[in-house]
Amino acid sequence: MADTAKKPSLGHEFTKGILKENPVLRLVLGTCPTLATSTSVVNGVGMGIAATIVLVCSNIVISALRKVIPAKARIPAYIVVIASFVTMVQMLVKAFVPALDKSLGVFLPLIVVNCIILGRAEAFAGKNPVLASAADGLGMGVGFTAALFCMGTVREILGAGTFLSGIDTMIGSFVDLKGFTGFDFSAGLESAGLSPMTLFILPAGGFFVFGMLMALVNRLAEKNGKQKADLLGCEGCPHAAGCALRTEKEGEDA
Amino acid sequence: MKFYIALLVMGILTQNFVLSKFLGICPFLGVSKKLKTAVGMSAAVIFVMLLSTAVTFPLNSLLEANGLGYLQTIVFILVIAALVQIVEIVLKKYVKSLYNALGIYLPLITTNCAVLGVVILNIDNITGYAAQHYGFGHAMVNSFAAGAGFMLAMVIFAGVRSKLETADVPKGLKGLPITLVAASIVSLSFLGFAGLVEGLGLL
Repeated sequence: MADTAKKPSLGHEFTKGILKENPVLRLVLGTCPTLATSTSVVNGVGMGIAATIVLVCSNIVISALRKVIPAKARIPAYIVVIASFVTMVQMLVKAFVPALDKSLGVFLPLIVVNCIILGRAEAFAGKNPVLASAADGLGMGVGFTAALFCMGTVREILGAGTFLSGIDTMIGSFVDLKGFTGFDFSAGLESAGLSPMTLFILPAGGFFVFGMLMALVNRLAEKNGKQKADLLGCEGCPHAAGCALRTEKEGEDA
Repeated sequence: MKFYIALLVMGILTQNFVLSKFLGICPFLGVSKKLKTAVGMSAAVIFVMLLSTAVTFPLNSLLEANGLGYLQTIVFILVIAALVQIVEIVLKKYVKSLYNALGIYLPLITTNCAVLGVVILNIDNITGYAAQHYGFGHAMVNSFAAGAGFMLAMVIFAGVRSKLETADVPKGLKGLPITLVAASIVSLSFLGFAGLVEGLGLL
């Protein structure tokens, strides 16, 4: 991951997560929540923000404790820190944005096992100072949210014929939206004798949109002379060190 | 009895954990290249799901009785992590053959969202279908169905991917993108089971 020998600036730690090392589109981490919660923009961005909060907080705490946590017990220690922040976020969401809690369902507590968060703890926060880790977490979180926003936009517009629908139930109690409840194109579609392609908000559409988005990102990456994102799973996976599957795979290839 | 069958049908076909609930996508995409690894991984997942449900389900009643329900997430993930460790050690020492078959997948399972997902869903029971709360038996059957559904999806997808390796894929779609499109089509085929539970009069 980030090479600390040259001591990159905080700005670099922040921006790398958005494009160059986007957790979803370049590192292929956190695919479960990406597919499951991107049925609408508001839903996806809600998930992104919740995960970002957990990511920044856990990165800060893990980085601050990095000299105290013994190397052998680090994964359980990381999990406890992450799970505590997830519980806090869960309570906050339940109290202030109950609509989001309902629409994310089981994926809210499942932020605990989001590979992005454990992956960043293992790859970055466990080795770097607090400020850099916070910037890294924020950047990765924004990258995750941006990927969810892209997926959500495509799926919501094609699948439901709406954009930003349900925004009033999410931030309506904090911001005065002046009655804005999102754009709705379905009436216009209907008058033209068309209906939205429901398939896109179904699971099959999620896989399809994600596949197309990956193809696009790979194309752009190739153009810029970067490596294509692939199921490098093992490199990005937080278990890489202790996982025997990797050695088995390498043995098979040899 | 009917409800048990309904749970099995839902978990394996109509509400498949991987293809319609998006739980356990990482192993689904990462470990499904070969049939042998796909089966081994899924067997380990079924095993851990059943075991962790057997522990967390009673544990949750204990937590709630003491007003500690909010600790659910932390306790569950720690229980799963500890169980996986213990299972690995026990298998390694006493059941060498099983360890050779499942052992290598165990560390991967701790943070597999399908396992934490199933134990939470057993408690919250937000399936939308079953309005009643699960008892211990329901929870165990549901976990088994979830694991079996995971296995079915993995095995089907391993077959699809072995064909995909020799297929002439457009350059831009090679690798991960075409894998995801293939997953989309497999998921689409599972839509055909929609309504099966109601149609059979199981609920």
